[in-house]
Amino acid sequence: MEMKTPLYDCHVACGGKIVPFAGYLLPVQYPTGVIAEHMAVRSQAGLFDVSHMGEVMITGPDAFANIQNLFTNDFTSMTDGKVRYSPMCYEDGGVVDDLIVYRYNQEKYLVVVNASNRHKDVEWMKAHLSGDVTLEDISDRVAQIALQGPASAKILSKLTGDQELPTKFYTFKDPILVDGISCIVSTTGYTGENGYECYCDPADAPKLWNALLEAGKEDGLIPCGLGARDTLRLEAAMPLYGHEMDETITPVETGLGSYVKMAKPDFIGKKGLEEKGDPQRARVGLKITGRGIAREHCDVYADGQKIGHTTSGTHCPFLGYAIAMALVDLAHSAVGTSVEIDVRGRKIAAEVVPLPFYKKSK
Amino acid sequence: MNTPKEFLYSKSHEWAKKLDDGSVLVGLSDKAQNDLGDLVFVNLPAVGDSFSAGDTMCDVESVKAVSDVYAPVSGTVAEVNEMLLDTPEAINKEPYEAWLVKLTDVSGLEDLLDADAYIAVCEEE
Repeated sequence: MEMKTPLYDCHVACGGKIVPFAGYLLPVQYPTGVIAEHMAVRSQAGLFDVSHMGEVMITGPDAFANIQNLFTNDFTSMTDGKVRYSPMCYEDGGVVDDLIVYRYNQEKYLVVVNASNRHKDVEWMKAHLSGDVTLEDISDRVAQIALQGPASAKILSKLTGDQELPTKFYTFKDPILVDGISCIVSTTGYTGENGYECYCDPADAPKLWNALLEAGKEDGLIPCGLGARDTLRLEAAMPLYGHEMDETITPVETGLGSYVKMAKPDFIGKKGLEEKGDPQRARVGLKITGRGIAREHCDVYADGQKIGHTTSGTHCPFLGYAIAMALVDLAHSAVGTSVEIDVRGRKIAAEVVPLPFYKKSK
Repeated sequence: MNTPKEFLYSKSHEWAKKLDDGSVLVGLSDKAQNDLGDLVFVNLPAVGDSFSAGDTMCDVESVKAVSDVYAPVSGTVAEVNEMLLDTPEAINKEPYEAWLVKLTDVSGLEDLLDADAYIAVCEEE
């Protein structure tokens, strides 16, 4: 039985095509279609319901020490009001989840996790807490709306009066009143564009959604579904748990080494990663040069030898061609390597290209 | 949903149209293209391939997923619409113009649905 987010009726009212995802009923697209929604975010702005995401508060005198131990990134230099991305590993170095951490102060952190991993994450974190610290899953009391695209700042500022919005990438303010609604507002997102994520009380979410849509109408803002969310993150080469990483793929293998601080005295997974040594495979970007589209779980070949498999793939609306990400043997991971992808028994040509596929212009 | 009377339909949402020379054009219905969403790739069969009604004939890909297209009738591929290889979006724009294949030696047309019967099937879904 899937749950509805507080915005379910808004999606139906907007003509959203509803599908089950991570235990929730969410729109995969609106009548505009995935391509138009994708392009709106690249050129103007798009609005996403991401209320399915999980939110966890970690508080107490030992909050910082626990964050340092649970997550692979280093939070020592992090100041109040900052947001930081991190993988969270098992003892063996496999990934429990990837998440973002909001620092209120050294004794109060908000952690945002993937919807499909929420319960697993909470269990894992609770089992590994130590000292004077409290962990609370507040997901059911939090709705989340993402406003993404170059017009985002213009649109949001129409509803925030003379309040100062966070400007620097990966920072937040709490509270910001958006059309009078109390929100956490952060300069974060999953599209490769500038934008905001707004967290609010579920009861206020429909009003916030409609206010943002109305405020952004003249700037080309349209509601966007899960389809565009996936094509946007793929084009920006942002990894997705369950695809580019999982319990069998370490963050180092999938190219997230800069978020794994082996210089930290200790964290869960450090020993496992040390024992594994240098990774023998790497995440690469593939541009499909032949005809067709490779999705996930397609075998990748070079010189007739299987070298790995795709982890995600789609047709990229902005770039106008098909791309995929793949985990391949290190020896065949250099940019320019010609490969073939087995798509349902048909081999299609592709080439290793630099990541990200798309990077916004400054 | 646009469902022209001069076409025949399968329950799996292909359309068929008999031409004067006895050959049959096959495409995807308006409902099919709407359900699939923006199409970005069409993988057509080869000329000379033969299919029985219900066989997987080719596949089409939207941004989100790949979907099989079934032969609505039995026949042999006489021609494929190569224009769709470069402009798959034509199926979204003009589903009844954007034919996929032309079949000859066709049998089984009598098993297809007329527009009214097809609309009734769609409404049941």
